[in-house]
Amino acid sequence: MQTKMRKLGRGVALVGAGMSKFGAFQDKDSRDLFVEAFQEMLHSVDKGVDPNDIEAIYVGNFSSDLFEGQGHIGPIMSDWVGLIPRPVTRTEGACASGGLALRGAVIAVASGLYDIVLASGVEKMTNLPTAEVTDTLAAASDILYEASAGFTFPGLYAAIATAHMAKYGTTIEHFQRVSIKNHENGALNPKGQFNSSIRQIMDSRMARAKERGLPLPTWQDEFDFLNDEAVNPTVAWPVKLFDCSPITDGAACVLVVAQEIARDFTDTPIYIIGTGQAADYALHQRQDLTSIGAARAAAQEAYAMAGVKAEDIHIAEVHDCFTIAEIVATEDLGFFEPGEGARAAAEGITARDGAKPINTSGGLKSKGHPVGASGIGQAVEIWQQLRGQAGPRQVPNRNLALGLSHNVGATGGTCAIHIYERR
Amino acid sequence: MADKPFSHAYFEEYLKEKKLMAARCRHCGRLHLPPRPMCLDCRRLDMEWVQLKGRGKLAAFTCIAVGPTFMGQQGFGRDNPYCTGIVELEEGPRISAHILGVDAQHPETIQIGTPMIMDPVEWQEKTFLAFRPA
Repeated sequence: MQTKMRKLGRGVALVGAGMSKFGAFQDKDSRDLFVEAFQEMLHSVDKGVDPNDIEAIYVGNFSSDLFEGQGHIGPIMSDWVGLIPRPVTRTEGACASGGLALRGAVIAVASGLYDIVLASGVEKMTNLPTAEVTDTLAAASDILYEASAGFTFPGLYAAIATAHMAKYGTTIEHFQRVSIKNHENGALNPKGQFNSSIRQIMDSRMARAKERGLPLPTWQDEFDFLNDEAVNPTVAWPVKLFDCSPITDGAACVLVVAQEIARDFTDTPIYIIGTGQAADYALHQRQDLTSIGAARAAAQEAYAMAGVKAEDIHIAEVHDCFTIAEIVATEDLGFFEPGEGARAAAEGITARDGAKPINTSGGLKSKGHPVGASGIGQAVEIWQQLRGQAGPRQVPNRNLALGLSHNVGATGGTCAIHIYERR
Repeated sequence: MADKPFSHAYFEEYLKEKKLMAARCRHCGRLHLPPRPMCLDCRRLDMEWVQLKGRGKLAAFTCIAVGPTFMGQQGFGRDNPYCTGIVELEEGPRISAHILGVDAQHPETIQIGTPMIMDPVEWQEKTFLAFRPA
């Protein structure tokens, strides 16, 4: 449908980026996490920024209303970082809320209305017990026709998984490989929720069993561990616990400025050269149950705007809320042919040192998925990787110049995609 | 007699009578399931209720061990998973529904493409769309 070529009114760049630690924090509210991310962003601006120069704020947030009982979260976040009375806009697109905040900020700067805008996201999910988190996330599906059929959020992705398995021969082992890879990357991310590989998780459980004099588990390797229903129980078959992103608290933000002033802040701005957003039907109403139409449409818009193709992208953060989602994402983005995403993961093509590194941050799977913050968290990773600042998880021996983030709301009702360039 | 509104309330009312009802555009003939008041093709408000056969085949499914609060209240959970899925109807549209009469403890025994027949289920005085193998 989208044949119109869209372009930004003027160039836009990121000149700062920060995130809070992602995890479960009983003693912190969303506003505290927001301050943590904001402080790191300020310190990341190479030549410094006067926070008072920020003109407007976009805050991605799915449901502070249900998670925290707090509606109208925008002005509170803004207050806690000292930006009242600047205009603050909350964006909601389920788990793509952060991506929508970034897109809002990009469009606002590109329009010429503002020169300096904060794009941010925040979610505080761990106040609720798991059953109520499940209910809250299911509210992002069609409650009359999907949730009423018993579908949960993992359940909807599980249905995509069974359709993908039937159509392309994808297996549970493919899902496990995505999980193992993202945990390996996440082990190198000190901001991540898990911060440990599957192997490290196995070793620590063995050590604990030994300490307590319990029978030692007999796992031979990671697959053995992941096939053990006692440690990796089914959530919604074929989706198991280690296929799911966790329940997470966290915040992230980036500073979006007009291209003409970007070098006032840093000699290494990261330009946003493409932005795309699209929508899709409830899952049952789609022609293809193994692909997310909104991702394909948003990618088409972003690629055309940026003047690049899928094969030009050096690194991508994709929305791996479940392992099947990463496989589908890499197909929808055109990195691999339909049905080939699983094989690409199995062959290591998407590993940190592979031809197409995907989710070097650990992805939502390992880094954590504070739903409204995740889209901005992806931008933080691309910012660090393109600037060579990702520390031990930096993609090795590569001159990274083009990055992409792919942020999906629910099962793809919303998708926001951004393309980043270091010049 | 005027048509009942093309809303979820009447979809569910028909379902209580074991009827799977869709909305069809009188102008262009497009069939809509779930029912809705406005045609997606011609955007007219000229629908009629039509009864579907309630037969189709399983297009996707899952067996859920960690369900929403409501399904927990019906006795489902870790030790008693339930199956839900997407059914492709003979008339064309697909719809999400509970899947009964399959072994949710052994999901590898459930096959996509299995012929299905509608059999609505009642929980807490509400009627839910459900199918079972035909």
